[in-house]
Amino acid sequence: MSRQSNRTTDSKKMNSELFTLTYGALVTQLCKDYENDEEVNKQLDKMRLIEDFLARSIGRCQDFRETADVIAKVIGKFQANQNVSGVTPSVTNWSPAGDEFSLILENNPLVDFVELPDNHNTLIYSNLLCGVLRGALEMVQMAVDVRFVQDTLRGDNVTEIRMKFIKRIEENLPAGDE
Amino acid sequence: MTDEALFEFLHMEIVSHVYKEQQASKGEMDNKDRAACVSVLEGMGFRVGQGLIERLTRDSPSFKDELDIMKFICKDYWTKVFRRQVDNLRTNHQGTYVLQDNKFSLLTQLSGGKQYLDQAPKYLAFSCGMVRGALSNLGLDSVVTAEVSVMPSCKFQVVIQKL
Repeated sequence: MSRQSNRTTDSKKMNSELFTLTYGALVTQLCKDYENDEEVNKQLDKMRLIEDFLARSIGRCQDFRETADVIAKVIGKFQANQNVSGVTPSVTNWSPAGDEFSLILENNPLVDFVELPDNHNTLIYSNLLCGVLRGALEMVQMAVDVRFVQDTLRGDNVTEIRMKFIKRIEENLPAGDE
Repeated sequence: MTDEALFEFLHMEIVSHVYKEQQASKGEMDNKDRAACVSVLEGMGFRVGQGLIERLTRDSPSFKDELDIMKFICKDYWTKVFRRQVDNLRTNHQGTYVLQDNKFSLLTQLSGGKQYLDQAPKYLAFSCGMVRGALSNLGLDSVVTAEVSVMPSCKFQVVIQKL
């Protein structure tokens, strides 16, 4: 049996399709299970994926700026693995106080082949990403607010994630204090 | 961090989510609830399998026969999804096939023997769905089940439904 497709060069892209398709199946199932988009967004936000890995990469950062660069690099590596053409996301729009910045992704690997139907305008498809980022930062004692400001799925040119440092989580206080 | 790890993490999270949701609304899980969870996971796998096989066979010529399709599943499809080929394919030449994978990638993290054997079905439902979805898009209706006696080895049984 011989199939003539160029398997070796395509194998990276294929694996990313597996992940992307599985993520799509998950979101579809959630939409079926929950009546409104808000609830789906919440469920996606709760899921835990690679927080451990992210937290370990961020762990030794001295300040928020360094943290921002590390996050951008990790996402960039993730994109390279997914064979998405594009560069490491850029870190921009720093607030004057240095506690808030934007991550601009030209390509969001989660949304290949995805279109949002009209009745799901408030669905934040990639909300898993926000939950993961927030969870990872909580693991290194940082309480951070993570939001999607622009989303290519909703017609914007790029995907923009806004991250705002809220406070350092003290070890003795319960983490859910903000 | 590899893409395979990402899929494995996501798969674990999905399984855990489906079971948590079911448990939250019922408290205790009975066999009917467990069956419902399995069928949700299998359904999700079905859609993914359909999508994947479409991408994989886009440029390939059509298959000669049912056995040809099954061999493709065992080699190319299995490699794409589980990063290895099926170790052993048996058939009775009457529509029943048994695919044996001795190091099933979604079970290797669970255990290396009999521990957690009762948990294994949860982690196989999605994969059964993926195989069924792939076959469905290739024109074959099937029933796919999996059994495990010693992890991480497992056997998938495919029964092609004749019209």
